Amino acid sequence: MNLLKEFTKGFLKENPILVLLLGMCPTLAVSNSAINGLGMGLAATFVLVCSNTVIALIKNLIPDKVRIPSFIVIIASFVTIVDLSMQAFTPLLSESLGVFIPLIVVNCIILARAEAFASKNGLIASVLDGFGMGLGFAGALTLLGAIREILGDGRVFGIPLFGDNPTTILIFILPPGAFVALGLMIAFVNKYVKKTA
Amino acid sequence: MARKLESTFGNMLVVLTTIGLASAFALGFTYNKTRTEIEAASKKKQEKIIREVLDGIAFDNNPIAEKYTVEGFDKIEIYPAKQGGQLAGAAVKSVSPMGYAGNVWLMVGFKVDGTINKTAVIEHKETPGLGTKMATSWRDQYNGKNPERNDIRVKNDGGEIDAITAATISSRAFSDAVRKAYDAFKKGGTQ
Repeated sequence: MNLLKEFTKGFLKENPILVLLLGMCPTLAVSNSAINGLGMGLAATFVLVCSNTVIALIKNLIPDKVRIPSFIVIIASFVTIVDLSMQAFTPLLSESLGVFIPLIVVNCIILARAEAFASKNGLIASVLDGFGMGLGFAGALTLLGAIREILGDGRVFGIPLFGDNPTTILIFILPPGAFVALGLMIAFVNKYVKKTA
Repeated sequence: MARKLESTFGNMLVVLTTIGLASAFALGFTYNKTRTEIEAASKKKQEKIIREVLDGIAFDNNPIAEKYTVEGFDKIEIYPAKQGGQLAGAAVKSVSPMGYAGNVWLMVGFKVDGTINKTAVIEHKETPGLGTKMATSWRDQYNGKNPERNDIRVKNDGGEIDAITAATISSRAFSDAVRKAYDAFKKGGTQ
């Protein structure tokens, strides 16, 4: 098995957002600024790596019929640990991400990787898969957040790009703008990137 | 590779119970480790906000220790600022449910006569880039207004507050919370 490939496939070829189209709900909801996208992406990466690790370790101990409840409990525990730790040690970041951290539980990327990959593959491959998928998710989310923030608010990572009161395309930071921006990104990836798959 | 456990009732029961217990243990451990930090962080934040809205008012008591609530004003908390035992003003934690995305929590600082000293946003979920502008210098227009003389409503509703462009609902919620804070302070402030 080519381990490097397990790591890099999440970046583009099997990017969870742009190609697999998983986890659309948090993607559309948190991508209204680049920093939110990055924070959410990194928190999800941490959970993804931890849950993939644990599930790859104990996959043979979990009877098939109760595997989904087991995965959910494991994932929910890690999410709560991340949430509590962020509230305790990075209160500012936790404040700006607010309700989105607990929502990682229902992010189907994590359950999908647990079910489709970690429960069928070895430990190292699963950890790399979690890392790659997580970083692919974080990258796509940050990019989408940056596009929406630049077009809709004239800023990126909170830094004004066009002076104090730029004329912006407001719709991009509103929910419909998320669909438009995401649609354009997916179209771009489909046209120029996916051919190698 | 080792064979998977069979899906028998006993196996499932044991595995799910074990996973549940292990998770509960991990969560309890994390909760205990982080609890004091979380409380300290939220207390520090509250102290900072109270100090911010009471800026310019001299006081020598601990407003948090003397916090009180007023009957009929659910969820509103008043932190009185006193100088030598005399009321000098108050920070009032107020909330309006009229926000575009749920509750808007504010801290409003009043001088003793009810004039608004400063305002601060504690928590809200308004639209980034629109309603979030309430946390900028936009809210300075409240400073120095007294709800007894000034109509703290947005201009669309006949008041004298300039609403944030494209965020009238958020501005309305902000004004609503300020008015409630004033009413609570007037009702309970002279005690």
